[in-house]
Amino acid sequence: MAHGHVELTQEQTVIPQGHPWRTKLPLIAGVIGVGGLVLSYLAVMGHVVEAKAFFHSYLTAFLFTMSLSLGGLLFVLIQYVTRAGWSIVVRRVAENAMATLPLMAILFIPIVLGLHDLYHWSHHEAVAHDPVLKAKAGYLNEQFFYYRAGGYFVIWILLSFIYYRGSVKQDKSGDKKITRRLQNLSGPGIILTALTLTFAAFDWIMSLDPHWYSTIYGVYYFSGSLVAIFAFLSISIIAMQSAGLLEGVVTTEHYHDLGKLLFGFTVFWTYIAFSQYFLIWYANIPEETLWYAHRSVGSWQKMTTFMAVGHFVLPFFYFLTRSTKRHRFALLVGAMWMLMMHFIDMYWLVAPSLHHEGVVFGLIDVTTLLGIGGLFLAFFTWNLRRNPLVPIKDPRLQESLRFENF
Amino acid sequence: MAAKNPKPHGLLAQFDTASAIYSACEKIRDDGFKYWDAFTPFPVHGLDKAMGLKRSMLPWIVLVMGLTGASGGMLLQWWVSVKAYPLVISGKPLFSWQAYVPITFELGVLFGALGAVFGMFHLCRIPQHYSPLFKSERFESVTDDKFFIAIEAEDPKFHPEETAQYLESLGATHVEMVEQ
Repeated sequence: MAHGHVELTQEQTVIPQGHPWRTKLPLIAGVIGVGGLVLSYLAVMGHVVEAKAFFHSYLTAFLFTMSLSLGGLLFVLIQYVTRAGWSIVVRRVAENAMATLPLMAILFIPIVLGLHDLYHWSHHEAVAHDPVLKAKAGYLNEQFFYYRAGGYFVIWILLSFIYYRGSVKQDKSGDKKITRRLQNLSGPGIILTALTLTFAAFDWIMSLDPHWYSTIYGVYYFSGSLVAIFAFLSISIIAMQSAGLLEGVVTTEHYHDLGKLLFGFTVFWTYIAFSQYFLIWYANIPEETLWYAHRSVGSWQKMTTFMAVGHFVLPFFYFLTRSTKRHRFALLVGAMWMLMMHFIDMYWLVAPSLHHEGVVFGLIDVTTLLGIGGLFLAFFTWNLRRNPLVPIKDPRLQESLRFENF
Repeated sequence: MAAKNPKPHGLLAQFDTASAIYSACEKIRDDGFKYWDAFTPFPVHGLDKAMGLKRSMLPWIVLVMGLTGASGGMLLQWWVSVKAYPLVISGKPLFSWQAYVPITFELGVLFGALGAVFGMFHLCRIPQHYSPLFKSERFESVTDDKFFIAIEAEDPKFHPEETAQYLESLGATHVEMVEQ
């Protein structure tokens, strides 16, 4: 039981001058990001890769990275709505993940350009001969799609801006009213984010199969996003601590909680994934089962089984014990595995609508991921330099520093 | 009614604050006493560490019970639908594991929860209807606002007078001998 007031020093809360996280990391990540995107672009222009294949790979990488940004926003909102004390020391890292949302809005532009390569419903001639698509045309049409995507990004960026600015302002003033104001906003904020995220998942992923529908789809993407953000927070904070940052600020107790949440949401993802599958399997109606039929052909069947084992069975037993969550290296390995599984999950959602026969994993999937992921990391680490690594004047900071699990 | 030659059960020491009993526990732990326990009116955060208690084996009981429940649930449904009363339902295979998942899951949770509750009962040795400590009138306030430590006479380091003095030196406001 720790007593008394913990005073944080400058070294604990700020990246020191000349530290590789300040000088090298944003640059390296940026070079990888730009390199990955340029390579992907050249591959399409030089006809090494078909445009259709490129856009599907790009969408996969985009959705994966997007879940980190959105996961950051959801994490921050959840901490405010629950008035959590433990998480204050890790909140700024999540805030910086959420601050990449404007970048993600820019990276959405290629998806707009590749609309006809990605989405079958965007072809007028296809819709004209298809009674199902005709009935859905009021929602699934190009113009409304753009307006909706714009609306989602406006809401997300606005919310992330309000929360980032409030948190940083409190670093200087220590004004407790900011916390109260952000708490009051977090309820409506969560509803807005949940709804926009649900519809974004419908628009961007589910409509790849425009005949098929599943009402739980948004929750599926949401649960995966939270798995991704808890894995990302664990990995980035372990990386920061092994580089000498946040020393004595983030403790085993905070890792334990991140591990618990990672474990919990891995199980939650399974619950949602199975719920979706279970109802469709039971009813056995062709228009619903088609989506799963695509994922039960050839090597897709193997990948589906791998998802069940790798995204649930293995991590369930791995994260079950207290010692894995409290051991830094064990948590790092588990979190990296879950982040990889989340990428495979995104691939499993997108790619079957292009490659019907089996899994075709190519270099273009790697270069697009390096491109978008690199730019995300560059933006993330660039932002980390600008402000203290923890909200230094948050009213619950002391509670968080002294936090202990039962 | 006191027996003719009452054997001592142990010494009961009263403390008035949570922090007093916390630091007293740390000292008793460090001085190597074995048969002793602390009693508080509410959970004192971190007292298990101060007492040097090992981690409970309850999680293992819950794991074994949970797995038993889950595999039992799966087995039961397999036996019912494949062996005992095979019935084709909506053209699905007899062994349709998908349909068994909810009950498998529920039985896993049920057995795990029962294991947690009754495992805890067993590890805490409850229900325990009688303890010699109930003879002490002061001990009644353990459910109100007082904190107690009892060192049993069985402890190899126990000595009726020295241990009583020792407990007083730890900040006990009252020390008494409790008979068996």
